[in-house]
Amino acid sequence: MNTLILRTVAPFVTALTLLFSVFVLLRGHNEPGGGFIGGLIAVSGLALYGIAFGVGAVRRALHFHPMAIAGAGLFLSTLSGTISLFAGVPFMTGLWIYPHLFGTEIPLSTVMSFDLGVYLVVLGAITSIALALEQEPGPEADERQSGPDGPQKRGDV
Amino acid sequence: MAAPQSAVDLSAALILTPPPLGEWLVVAPVVLMIGLGAFLLMIRKSVRLQGSIALAGLSLLVLLDAGLLWRVLDQGPVTMVMGRWLPPFGIAFTADLFGAAMALVSAIAALGAGIYALRDIDAAGRRYGFYPFLMLLMAGVSGSFLTGDIFNLYVWFEVLLISSFGLLVLGSEPRQIDGALKYAILNLIATTLFLIAVGYLYAIFGTLNMADIARKAATLPSGAPLVTLTGLFVLAFAMKAAVFPVNFWLPASYHTPRIVVSALFGGLLTKVGIYALLRVTIMLMPVQREQLSLVMAIAAALTLIVAALGALAQHDIRRLIGYLVIAGIGNMLAGVAIGTPAAVSGSILYALTSIITMTALYLVAAEAARIGGSWSLATMGGIWRRSFPFAITSFLLFLSAAGLPPLAGLWPKVSLLKAAIDIGAWWLAAAMLIQAFLVTIALGRVFLLAYWRPLAEAGMPAADEEPAGFFSDKTTALPVIGFAALTLIFGLYPEPLLQLSQRAALSLADPTAYIASVFGPSDLGRGGNP
Repeated sequence: MNTLILRTVAPFVTALTLLFSVFVLLRGHNEPGGGFIGGLIAVSGLALYGIAFGVGAVRRALHFHPMAIAGAGLFLSTLSGTISLFAGVPFMTGLWIYPHLFGTEIPLSTVMSFDLGVYLVVLGAITSIALALEQEPGPEADERQSGPDGPQKRGDV
Repeated sequence: MAAPQSAVDLSAALILTPPPLGEWLVVAPVVLMIGLGAFLLMIRKSVRLQGSIALAGLSLLVLLDAGLLWRVLDQGPVTMVMGRWLPPFGIAFTADLFGAAMALVSAIAALGAGIYALRDIDAAGRRYGFYPFLMLLMAGVSGSFLTGDIFNLYVWFEVLLISSFGLLVLGSEPRQIDGALKYAILNLIATTLFLIAVGYLYAIFGTLNMADIARKAATLPSGAPLVTLTGLFVLAFAMKAAVFPVNFWLPASYHTPRIVVSALFGGLLTKVGIYALLRVTIMLMPVQREQLSLVMAIAAALTLIVAALGALAQHDIRRLIGYLVIAGIGNMLAGVAIGTPAAVSGSILYALTSIITMTALYLVAAEAARIGGSWSLATMGGIWRRSFPFAITSFLLFLSAAGLPPLAGLWPKVSLLKAAIDIGAWWLAAAMLIQAFLVTIALGRVFLLAYWRPLAEAGMPAADEEPAGFFSDKTTALPVIGFAALTLIFGLYPEPLLQLSQRAALSLADPTAYIASVFGPSDLGRGGNP
């Protein structure tokens, strides 16, 4: 969408939304929130960015392919469950460590890394769906249908 | 939580002794497949690396499942409960003989298909994500076979359903989208029915753990609507397994994807439906199954006849094999309907052999189409002259599919027939015999037209009819010959498989050991650690 207002505001709103999504993700352990809803919020920020600047800008900003991000999330979640093998407890048991950083106790757990994985899965999967829907059918999409019954409608664009 | 000095007695809620390493075998297949699927998704663009990593993973899966089966044979059912919670509150993974055997055989089928895919799936298909989808499909299949919680079973159904959608539309051709739509809608309806049934079940039993359900089934008040519940389950799983009135999605979709995908689907997916049907009707609701047995027997007989007639009518060999898959389902359903331990063991044996045979048949069809020049029986020919070794291999697999000696397909048919005659269900036995006869004719027709007929008579230029060598390619020969060898070995020496399926059927009918592995003496056996 080519309006000046949206284009000016979009980067700030996207940045805020992404920040808020991380806040919701971390809050999720004890209060409403968590990886799933956090991921959805992050996707809505990216979608807004895409509406303002186009799909290509979002892909460049993400650097990794959205599906690769989803894969990394699933991998992280699987690993979080598997760590319990080395702690001598059944699969998917929550394990905690309490490191002290600058005098503050920071509780970290496999539950949290699992939730981070969920966040990435939702972020990657929904972003890739959103980008596919927002993408205007360009030369890339036409390439697949170069058969006899799929004439190149936008051949001269 | 790390709260070692709490005043609460944690042993009332948590498992406090470390699980032995062997118990990890129950979750290992699923964890391996999900982790590997996720990893392959990350490196989707490295086309070359994908194949070798996936094959290494599938080989490891076969080894893990073999280890699991060995442990179950040795020490009875194995259970691991997620997150240290005591059953029935934690989600349990429980492998009994039936589940472990199915998991192993499906892993072998997937390994064969994975090897075949090295040649059949090109770089574009790999970038599309064939191998990640295959891994996630196997995660779903293994999860369904190994889980001990009925809601978790639903989750694994969803996992394999979603990855099967991905595999089905691999390539995004319009024909595939058409097939996928029919497949998707019917399967979504079936899963929704399954979910509704799970909700009902929870309302009645107050638990979702299968061992807990089996334990409580006898103590329920007589007013509980268990027959309705079982009926819902049977309908949902019958749709998944493509039983006659609800089978039409299978011939409409199974011939559209890449042939490896058809092979995986034909081998694995319908058998997951049969597995769930056996698990629920035989182990959880045996009394209600008794009441529904006539309905199931009629559905089984109709499935047998309709599928065999369908196979006779087809020209496209892929569609023909689709009907053979359904015919096999009819046989297995007949075993569920009869319900005696002998019949159930016949069904289990049928499922195990059918996974291998049907996967192999689709691969044979692909090879035949490559050598014979077409998918259609009307125009293909000359395979016998062009590749004699391949013709012999396919002949063996055809015999197995038709249930003729000396291949592995014979034994389950014999057990089921005997079980049907033992309870006096002569019409069911007759349906099985007629189906076997019709399938033999259908496959004989394939052999006559595609293998023996010279290409010239099929209206094709006879100049093509030079020897095509052993197979069309080494990587495609390996799985087909391997599958044929397996069916031949277990056809000539069926004793281990027969014993295995009999023991599996007995443990399904009397789940004492299953329940004990979740709740009972497993805790005592594990003890010693304060």
